[in-house]
Amino acid sequence: MIKKRILAVVVLIIGVCLAFFVYKSEPVNGQAPAKPAILTNYFTKHPMPFKLGLDLSGGTHLVYEADVSKIPSADVSASMEVLRDVVDARVNSKQVSGVLGVLEPLIQIKEGGVGGSEQLIVDLPGVTDVEQAQKTIGATPTLEFKLQGDKSNEPIEATVDENGSVSLGDLNLGYSYIDTGLTGRYLKTASVQFDPNTGSAFVAITFDDAGAKLFEKITKENIGKNLAIFLDGQILSAPTIQTEISGGEAVITGNFTPQQAKALSSSLSYGALPVPIKLVSSELIGPSLGIAAMHDGVKAGVIGFIVIALFLLFWYRLPGLVGVLALALYVVITLTIFKLLHVTLSSAAIAGFIISIGVAVDANVLIFERIKEELRGGRTVADAITAGFDRAWLSIRDSNFSTIITSLILFSLFAGSFVRGFAITLLIGVLISMFSAILISRLFLRSVATKEGSRVTNFLFGSGFSSAKSNAVSMK
Amino acid sequence: MFIIKNKFVFLTISAVIVLSSIVAVAVYGLKLGIDFKGGTLLEVNYTNGRPDTGAIVEVLKKNSITDAIAQPLGESGLSIKSRPLSESELPTLVADLSIDGKYPLTKTSFTSIGPSVGKELSQKAVVAIIVVVIAIVLYIAFAFRGVSKPVSSWKYGLIAVTTLIHDIAIPAGVFALLGHFHGAEVDTLFVVAILTVLGISVSDTIVVFDRIRENLKNHIAPTFSETVGKSLSQTFVRSINTSLTVIIVLVSLYFFGPSTTTNFALVLIVGMFFGTYSSIFVASPLLVIVEGWQNKKK
Repeated sequence: MIKKRILAVVVLIIGVCLAFFVYKSEPVNGQAPAKPAILTNYFTKHPMPFKLGLDLSGGTHLVYEADVSKIPSADVSASMEVLRDVVDARVNSKQVSGVLGVLEPLIQIKEGGVGGSEQLIVDLPGVTDVEQAQKTIGATPTLEFKLQGDKSNEPIEATVDENGSVSLGDLNLGYSYIDTGLTGRYLKTASVQFDPNTGSAFVAITFDDAGAKLFEKITKENIGKNLAIFLDGQILSAPTIQTEISGGEAVITGNFTPQQAKALSSSLSYGALPVPIKLVSSELIGPSLGIAAMHDGVKAGVIGFIVIALFLLFWYRLPGLVGVLALALYVVITLTIFKLLHVTLSSAAIAGFIISIGVAVDANVLIFERIKEELRGGRTVADAITAGFDRAWLSIRDSNFSTIITSLILFSLFAGSFVRGFAITLLIGVLISMFSAILISRLFLRSVATKEGSRVTNFLFGSGFSSAKSNAVSMK
Repeated sequence: MFIIKNKFVFLTISAVIVLSSIVAVAVYGLKLGIDFKGGTLLEVNYTNGRPDTGAIVEVLKKNSITDAIAQPLGESGLSIKSRPLSESELPTLVADLSIDGKYPLTKTSFTSIGPSVGKELSQKAVVAIIVVVIAIVLYIAFAFRGVSKPVSSWKYGLIAVTTLIHDIAIPAGVFALLGHFHGAEVDTLFVVAILTVLGISVSDTIVVFDRIRENLKNHIAPTFSETVGKSLSQTFVRSINTSLTVIIVLVSLYFFGPSTTTNFALVLIVGMFFGTYSSIFVASPLLVIVEGWQNKKK
């Protein structure tokens, strides 16, 4: 008995610690807490906020359909991955350069699935300028090789800064450029390499067979001229053709730092990627709407919890109090798990969690009703608790199983949709509620069950408007 | 047990409600939201007063957006629901809505869903419902595999499906009415709500069946119908109390929760209420009736 009580207190303390963690690890709008403590300082420096879905944080949600009809089906998933990396890099580079104020962009491939097509889902939290976002992602970049006109033999030095922005001197303005027909379509790879002698970085490119032949022809006929490389109509660099190049390999040199070379090579790789994408669905949620939705969600959860707590206390008395404590622990544990697993919380996910609170009560109610029955059957309080738990467990397991099945099906069918968030929170909620009802409620109930058969105990374990014993009489 | 004694009364009530729901769906139909049929939903907020309806209708006409529904939203907001807009149409429309800059506005939310995405989602919703129902039936048949006398386990499953149809039909009927009178639309959340109702309501039914199974094993009553009656009175309070707690949180979600989940909460409240009703007043009486038929055959 003493052991049980100590354990119960330990569990409560752990619960309080978890609650402290959940609360304190939320960033406080950049404001230092009033009374600095060691832990508080730690969380101020290392906040671990809930991961909010777009509908709560505000932002842009774009769905693109990739036209993979020209790609052999074996290469589809590989090229989708490349596409994702490209879009990811584009968004990130624009983010660094400040064009898009993206907090944590999320770019995911949605597999075909039921009647589905290859889709790319782009979530940009904090971005409210849909047009700008679409422009950044939308068009497939074009890479072109053009011959520089005869005006000058001076090679143009492009400087690429760390962010991938290309800046040029005024030199190129006066030149005319002649199309060569060589474009990104022929580019096979572009990679950063280092000169073994000087250690300086350069970009190595390879063309496919057709591109190699074209490149050979161009270089053969234009030795001494500059071959300019354009990305999206902007000149990247214009190296001088030194000699005829066969084999489809070329290098772009300049005074690149490794970062610059990397930026250039990835820019080139983008151009080499002709998977046309089409915007099929877009969503913009203003930040104020998101904040309001979040406040409402939290409010609904808190009010629902309070009403349930009152109901449990009035109807089930002492077991009810135990139920409320177990429920509070359930909420805290679940929220901690949401944080640690970075579960994305959207309105739907919060709704799933709130429903799971209601379901969590279910297990407790099942147990309490069973205990009451055992009491009516003439058992002592301690025996009734043991028997009640044993008998209730089967019902709890069977009844929660169907909810688990439903949430698993929802989770697997609706990839990339907010439905997934709902399914995840409901699933985690139901699993934790089974655990908390069976382990925590039992521990608490056993540690409060003391004197056998006293009037106080019978009243406390009774329900509704009568005590356990008089209930037994009235049932006959 | 009064429920078993008056089983035909309760079954008739259910039948009437289910039939009226089916009629409501047949007559009014379910209004599909833009996530199923594709379309655009634009919400703007006027910072300095909202232009009158006539001006907004003019703007829509000018942008050749026919069949659009423009609705005032709160004090100063405006929502426009229309066919899918192209990338170039949107900025023009937003610019025009400020009526030559006289009414400054900000875009608060914008959703555009292409018809192909909507079609895909509809298919998924249908698949999800079918898969969930099949999974639940299989699960019940499995969970009650040990029970064969006097009613075999697959009949428990079949009765559970009947109550599931009951539980889906009524919220659908309510939504058909809501759609007709208040413009409520069936969206993804509606489907999710229905599936959640299925999950939770079937768990209610399982708890009752589970009790019947246990009591049959212990031979607590001489006849099947008395056993069912006793099981019902044993689980009655529990069924109502647990549904009550779920309904409490749902009512809280309905009144205080975010506006995006208001209809969702409503479907769940209706579904939970009738789901509980069906597991007490429909499933067990049906079980007794099925057993009665079996006896007559013999």
